[in-house]
Amino acid sequence: MANSEQQKHDSLVERVSARLGARVLETDRSYGDLVFVVEKAAVHEVLSYLKNDEKFDLLLDIAGVDCVKLPEYRERFELEYILYATGKDHRVRVRVPVPEFALDVPTATDLWRAANWAEREAHEMFGFVFTGHPCLKRLITHQQFEGHPLRKDYPVMQGQWCATTSSLEEELEE
Amino acid sequence: MTDKKPNLDDFVPKAGEAKGPYSAGDFSADLDYSGDAAADGTTLDDIDTQPMYINIGPTHPATHGTFRVYCKLDGERIKKAAVDIGYLHRGFEKIVEHRKYNQVIPYTDRLNYCSGLVNNIGFCKAVERMLGIEVPERTQVIRVILMEIQRIMDHMICVGANIVDIGALTNFWYFFNAREKLNDVLEALTGARLTYSYTRVGGLAWDLPEDFRERVKAALEGIPKAIRDVTGLIKKNRIFLDRSRGVGVIDAEKALSFGWTGPCLRATGYPMDLRKVRPYYHYDQFSFDVPIGANGDVYDRVFVRIAEMEESLRIIYQAIDNVPGGPINVDNKDIVLPAKDEVHNTMEGLINHFKLVIEGVKPPPGRIYDSIEAPNGELGFYIISDGTGQPYRIKVRPPCFYLMNTLKYLIEGAMVADIVAILAGLNIIAGELDR
Repeated sequence: MANSEQQKHDSLVERVSARLGARVLETDRSYGDLVFVVEKAAVHEVLSYLKNDEKFDLLLDIAGVDCVKLPEYRERFELEYILYATGKDHRVRVRVPVPEFALDVPTATDLWRAANWAEREAHEMFGFVFTGHPCLKRLITHQQFEGHPLRKDYPVMQGQWCATTSSLEEELEE
Repeated sequence: MTDKKPNLDDFVPKAGEAKGPYSAGDFSADLDYSGDAAADGTTLDDIDTQPMYINIGPTHPATHGTFRVYCKLDGERIKKAAVDIGYLHRGFEKIVEHRKYNQVIPYTDRLNYCSGLVNNIGFCKAVERMLGIEVPERTQVIRVILMEIQRIMDHMICVGANIVDIGALTNFWYFFNAREKLNDVLEALTGARLTYSYTRVGGLAWDLPEDFRERVKAALEGIPKAIRDVTGLIKKNRIFLDRSRGVGVIDAEKALSFGWTGPCLRATGYPMDLRKVRPYYHYDQFSFDVPIGANGDVYDRVFVRIAEMEESLRIIYQAIDNVPGGPINVDNKDIVLPAKDEVHNTMEGLINHFKLVIEGVKPPPGRIYDSIEAPNGELGFYIISDGTGQPYRIKVRPPCFYLMNTLKYLIEGAMVADIVAILAGLNIIAGELDR
């Protein structure tokens, strides 16, 4: 089982490097997983290649990361898209370094509808701005909440007083 | 591990075959949903009506948790809807960055609190893969048994509550009567009835009690009868059919785009089950089938879950008589606490215990995504380790987060009363939805 997974990784890496060679900064194969590290400008191109040509039909999750306390990192923030191809049982991740002062990332909502809430969560927790997202508002935290709670500089015990119920008018017409 | 992985195509029904756990001829009549018009042909579009805005929730007996659905109504039809979540947000992902790996386990209990053990096992499995260890055979089989017991319990709550919301209370008690016996088994094993925290990184908290096998078998006896009773009451029940067939329909392609996994995806006819496609804990050596639905409506979601309970029963019966002997924890002093006897009587054991409690388990620096088939779908843990005893970041992939994302689109165009039927069929658990 493990071998066939590595073979799938090998052949995908080959195809991706032939097609999008310069777009992929690095491939990470630790723990037997396959991770493409992609620069921000190319993320939509890479994702749409994986979705449309390689049939990664399931967007499992989008994880934001604040790398500021890691010993080494490319940029302060990172986004990690976890993709799964149900037809051939293949899971890959796409990692995108995002600089602290340019948090805009192109949206993936046109590729997977699951990206809608996943991106809203990454937006409120880390402050990423997904350009082209239909309704980029806070989802889990309150609309009056200030700051981004999963950033490393947000104190773990800091609460906020939020009282006004959100109107939801914008989501209604989304 | 053998390479017996089944081909996905094997599960896809051929043309003309019955598609689900039931056959299409079971239904008494095909239902007609075109009848919104009055006797003279007038429909709501002919009447000059004003839209009405209502809130369902945040606290409502039928929402199974706190979240809010805001609807724009035209008559009893929902024109537009918006879903507001986050009322149960407790900052799981923030607080676990300040805890040791083993201290995270009690927090995972509070994700999907209908099946806490599955969360425990999913988290431990991810950390163990990071540490590069495999738990002993005995532990693997015990974990399989516990996961399947929890799958049955979770489905019982989901199906029972779903039918309650449509107005049939009796089934709920049939299921809860049987579920209570399983709860007693887990209480005898873990000491808890809801928040079990039974696993540890590298194994289990303690071994099975002597009479575990007999207890499980006794508890399982009542389940087929409970399933028979419930299906007998609802399978051809006109009210249930009217309320569930053709309600909340979604096709497989859309469901995948929305990130659906688990029984809700399988109800659309797409047979994806992680236990089959990427088996862990020797799931490939158990014989069980993956039930699928045909239409992707509330009815299919209920019956896929009921059929899955029967499959889980099969797995437990195969596993319970074949629990291998041997240790339950990996033999690694950096990961598992030493035996109490050793701690109290030897200096090395005491130092080992102290170091492990103070510093914790230390996975090598790196990132991992690992997932298991939870009762609700794919439960994933994305973990970053920086080499210390505390996780740098844990992102949970809760299955019902993506189901809930879809709710807006499922209820738009439906009737107000369908909201609760659809909502309960998705099995939204606010604990893992909001984290």
